[in-house]
Amino acid sequence: MQATSDTLFKTLADPTRRAIFQRLACDGEQTVRVLTDQAGVSQPAVSKHLGILKLAGLVRDRREGRQTHYSALPQGLAPLIDWMSLYGAMWQDRFDRLETLLNRMDQ
Amino acid sequence: MTQPATATRSLVVEREMPHPPEKIWRALTQGPLIEEWLMKNDLQPVAGHRFNFRATPMAQWNGVTDCEVLIVEPNQRLSYTWNASGEEAANGLKSVVTWTLTPTKDGTHVRMEQSGFRVEDETFYQGASYGWQRMVGGLERVAAGLN
Repeated sequence: MQATSDTLFKTLADPTRRAIFQRLACDGEQTVRVLTDQAGVSQPAVSKHLGILKLAGLVRDRREGRQTHYSALPQGLAPLIDWMSLYGAMWQDRFDRLETLLNRMDQ
Repeated sequence: MTQPATATRSLVVEREMPHPPEKIWRALTQGPLIEEWLMKNDLQPVAGHRFNFRATPMAQWNGVTDCEVLIVEPNQRLSYTWNASGEEAANGLKSVVTWTLTPTKDGTHVRMEQSGFRVEDETFYQGASYGWQRMVGGLERVAAGLN
């Protein structure tokens, strides 16, 4: 899990990669050519970014003729959405507040 | 291939408190007292009662939790559902919170278990495009916190 999170963080720390992923997640499947038109970088650079996103489990590719289509895999973000640790921190805090209240309450 | 049963995980927080169960029960079941340590609410300790917890809305959360009282065993056990609400309900958290009070020599052992955290439920991640965009929108902030 830790290694996965590290990979994810490193992958998404790059603004160009983040923009590509965001575009795929919001607009659906795209070809490398269309992505390149919007990315403002060269096609080899876009392909390299897509390769890194794929390794991180954030996109998948599909060959169709001479074109490669990419789409987002939002479940790849799961390690970033840790409901349990969010709630764990919340309940610890609420237990503290419950104890403070109990100390103030009458028997 | 058959779809495996949805796996869920539970979160448990336990603490020994130097207070009798009856007093802690009041703090767990009386609306104004609950608000002091947890959240605004309209809870009534009656099985089947539907209520909400309300927190200050945030960018990624409307602040409202949908609940229904499941179990009321005075001074011993209280259980209610704890679910995402509104447009977040379909793909959001669906869980059950159970409080168990056990008398000890010097007070009460308080145990809170929140169960139902889905780890392999793909529908959780495959929600409407709205959900996708929200998740992706959060990336900017995650990335901003990396440095």
